[in-house]
Amino acid sequence: MKIIVCAKQVPDTNEIKINPKTGTLIRDGVPSILNHDDANALEEALKIKDMYPDTHITVVTMGPPQAKDMLIECLAMGADEVVLASDRALGGSDTWATSNAVSAAIQKIGEFDIIFAGRQAIDGDTAQVGPQIAEKLGLPQVTYVQEFKIAPDKKTITVKRALEDGYEVIELKTPCMLTAIKELNTPRYMTVSGIYNACKVDIPTWGAKDLGVDPDKEVGLEASPTNVFRSFTPAPKGKGTIIEGDGEKELAQKLLINLKSKHVI
Amino acid sequence: MAIQVIKEKCKGCRLCVKACPFEAIDMDGKLAVINEKCTACNQCIAACKFGAIIKTEEDGPVDLSAYKNVWVFAEQRDGKLMNVALELIGEGYRLSREIGGDTKVCAVLIGDQIDHLTDECYAYGADKVYLISHPLLKNYTTDGYTKVLVDAIREYKPEIVLYGATHIGRDLAPRAAARMNAGLTADCTRLDVKVSSYIEYAQKNTTLDTSTLDANDPSTGLKQTRPAFGGNLMATIICPRTRPQMSTVRPGVMQKREKVEGARGELIRVEPQLAEGDIRTKILDIVKSAKEMVSLTDAKIICSGGRGLGGPEGFALIKEFADKVGGVVGSSRAAVDAGWIDHSHQVGQTGTTVKPNIYFACGISGAIQHLAGMQTSDIIVAINKDADAPIFEVADYGIVGDLYKVIPQIIAEWDNAEALYDASTK
Amino acid sequence: MNFQLTKEQEFVRKMVREFAVNEVEPIAADIDQNNEFPMENVKKMGKLGMMGVPFPQEWDGAGGDHIAYAITVEELSRVCASTGVICSAHTSLCSWPIFTYGTEEQKEKYLRKLNKGEYIGAFGLTEPNAGTDSAGQQTRAEDKGDHWLLNGAKVFITNGGQSDVYVVMAMTDKSKGNRGISAFIVEKDFPGFSIGKKEDKMGIRASSTTELIFQDCIVPKENLLGNVGDGFKVAMSTLDGGRIGIASQALGIAQGALDVTVEYMKARKQFGKSLSKFQALQFEIAEMKTRIEASRLLIYKAADMKDKHLQYGPNAAMAKLYAAETAMYVTTKAVQFHGGYGYTKDYPVERMMRDAKITEIYEGTSEVQKMVIAADVFKK
Repeated sequence: MKIIVCAKQVPDTNEIKINPKTGTLIRDGVPSILNHDDANALEEALKIKDMYPDTHITVVTMGPPQAKDMLIECLAMGADEVVLASDRALGGSDTWATSNAVSAAIQKIGEFDIIFAGRQAIDGDTAQVGPQIAEKLGLPQVTYVQEFKIAPDKKTITVKRALEDGYEVIELKTPCMLTAIKELNTPRYMTVSGIYNACKVDIPTWGAKDLGVDPDKEVGLEASPTNVFRSFTPAPKGKGTIIEGDGEKELAQKLLINLKSKHVI
Repeated sequence: MAIQVIKEKCKGCRLCVKACPFEAIDMDGKLAVINEKCTACNQCIAACKFGAIIKTEEDGPVDLSAYKNVWVFAEQRDGKLMNVALELIGEGYRLSREIGGDTKVCAVLIGDQIDHLTDECYAYGADKVYLISHPLLKNYTTDGYTKVLVDAIREYKPEIVLYGATHIGRDLAPRAAARMNAGLTADCTRLDVKVSSYIEYAQKNTTLDTSTLDANDPSTGLKQTRPAFGGNLMATIICPRTRPQMSTVRPGVMQKREKVEGARGELIRVEPQLAEGDIRTKILDIVKSAKEMVSLTDAKIICSGGRGLGGPEGFALIKEFADKVGGVVGSSRAAVDAGWIDHSHQVGQTGTTVKPNIYFACGISGAIQHLAGMQTSDIIVAINKDADAPIFEVADYGIVGDLYKVIPQIIAEWDNAEALYDASTK
Repeated sequence: MNFQLTKEQEFVRKMVREFAVNEVEPIAADIDQNNEFPMENVKKMGKLGMMGVPFPQEWDGAGGDHIAYAITVEELSRVCASTGVICSAHTSLCSWPIFTYGTEEQKEKYLRKLNKGEYIGAFGLTEPNAGTDSAGQQTRAEDKGDHWLLNGAKVFITNGGQSDVYVVMAMTDKSKGNRGISAFIVEKDFPGFSIGKKEDKMGIRASSTTELIFQDCIVPKENLLGNVGDGFKVAMSTLDGGRIGIASQALGIAQGALDVTVEYMKARKQFGKSLSKFQALQFEIAEMKTRIEASRLLIYKAADMKDKHLQYGPNAAMAKLYAAETAMYVTTKAVQFHGGYGYTKDYPVERMMRDAKITEIYEGTSEVQKMVIAADVFKK
């Protein structure tokens, strides 16, 4: 089987702090990581490879040259091949334009049975690129996949799709696009030998020309249907009150008096 | 649109580099250079003291006037409207009236045998209902719903389409957007059409410099505001060149209108062109999970526990607390990741966004991920051992102490609140 | 001169840290209290290549170098010094001499499985009456024609009782002193080999430290490691490398103690401000941090010299001496900074302080390291 995994390198938003004086994001020292849901997507592909060793896994990403580090991580976890779509002309792409670029990269990679992607990336949280790639490639999709099974024919897939209050059991055929959530699996670690082998790989980097996408119409800031109009930080809320008191009982009482005075209880 | 540096004006002071949230500015000697990570977010323009960075605006979009009305994807499951559908009808109503003319708010109902839902749509403010009914649409499928919705959008040309940011809305909207090459903004928390309303919102709630905006600007393009980077940065997104403008909106954010019983509107039945072969996924089963349904979005009081509980057993106390105050149990991501409680309880950027009357954060440090999901609560009470915990920055009331000692006291004193208050005012 | 880690080494740190934080740290306090060898984690480490970091992939090693190995032990020890020493004793003291002195057959039979963590390895040199003075060996190996017969006992053997393979030193010719020692590969199931008393230790309690007992233990001829009489050379060169491992363990302990102390200082308030705001305490942290960084540089230098096949013995001794003293210095301060809490098992620093002490003792006490260093100074 041939599996393609779509991944993104993201800043670890858990580590991002805000400068209380200027209200700007502090990005110094914030590590770049393989997006969590994408790690689940890769893990599911690797589990298929564990079961069927002739499976070939290609990880594709779009991003700046530094995204190679994330691809090395994917190789060290067990991916067979990685591709980086990177070009100034791709910069500023919104989700629509990003899905154009990634779809083009997937078509250039060639045949596949399954595309796994993470449900969403932690920096933007849009959950849009997966379905948009599926649409552009004309594939059936299931998002929010929490459980995956493939029949021995390697064509029939049964998944559980998470809903807010339960799940659906869905059957579909390859080729298809599936987006993974954290409940799907626990991503494996890199291996030490995997790291040493991955660092030797010359990672192919494809620009807009290689992908055959038009920077005026398909990718980049200019082609994106959405643009950022303004961006800003939320107004800080006024400083609250730390309740002082002698002992927990007094603290509790003072809190309740305050809540009562606000008519919220 | 693009961000440009005027070489002659750039002094190489690096203020823009520091201001850029995307690391999209490099220094070439003493000159700032915009790199491919730029999203045109404008932070650098505000940061530059020398007016050396500008945004080059393009010509306005071509004829977009063929598109009219505000549509709401009125999501239903099992013949029941989702709460978010009603919230969006309310928001769509507000937007349609701001656009003016005879702009209408229209609910799009997709399903099978769901005629009975039309009245509810009217009652909550819909002027029109587009009813798309077909046996194959009984349950949501990506293929089925995308096809009939996109067909209807192409025929009736709404200028705005709103979806709830549910597991279904977030599956359908991007698929439809890709098919129509339309712009889509995810998880919006604020929508504006009038520039004056946007200015008013921005002045009240944000640090945005509104001096560059003109309150008399007559344009009615949708300004879609959403959090990024865990809510630390807000971005307002526009779709200048394409229609319809589409947004998913988080449940619990918008206001429902007051229900008007017996309200009437116009019903348009849309005949879907749909065959079994159009739907490539087969639903074998739909399982409502046995786990207790947590309606965090509707809760008036939420008692949330975090890493500070020290272990899963801490949620017994939180549950006792919630039961006492008539609240719902929430949790931080840390507690969910630790496996102490089910994900359905999670409040925050990747969980549920809540805005109860009171939010009790117990042993929650206040990672920005969490704050993003609860900081619009009316009153936030933080109980934490660590006086430096960021949660105290957003808390209206903070208690520095051991939650295992403080919470039992609150439970014990809860019923005395009125008497305590009376006594305190004498 | 290049003080930059390679990409590979950076990734190894990231990977081992993730593993350590997710799998090792959560159980560290429990296994310390229960004297419990973390076999499940050690097996996982084997699958991930952490038990064979500096050996070539043709022998099923990870294909890394000794700096990556030092980083592995450091990162494990940052959260659990027991897990760190299990990896260190296995890699430096058992796999390395087999890799270096073993025949193709021995490597085929033992090294592959050791590198994959399918076998766990240990090293037996110390005896009740021969610790620092290895020439006092009383364990004897007699040539019985078609096999060797071992008699005697070893003490304080790390990974004892949990290992599948032991590299053991024994006297083949008492009259030749150090030149009469030979090295053997002993499997746990060889007849006449048994495990004696398990030590109840102050620290590194999740590692297993036992006696090895040889009573007419039959060792096949082909299990002689190196030549007859090479044992002292095997042991000494092995211990040189082992010192890099133990220095890395000490470094990890110190770094771990500093990390939790810094977090604690940010959270803990006294006299209305957090501990991190007191300059006197900040200065102490600066001192700790500096010593840790100095240890790290000494270790990486020794490891790099080893990879380059330079004479690194004195450098490994300096690294171990300084890192061990630093571990003791930092953990003692860390407990002090935590006040009363630091003395309880609610915080990991008391464990770290107990764990730190052994690094000044085993694989050559600090005094032995000084002997090695001084001998090198005065040899010219």
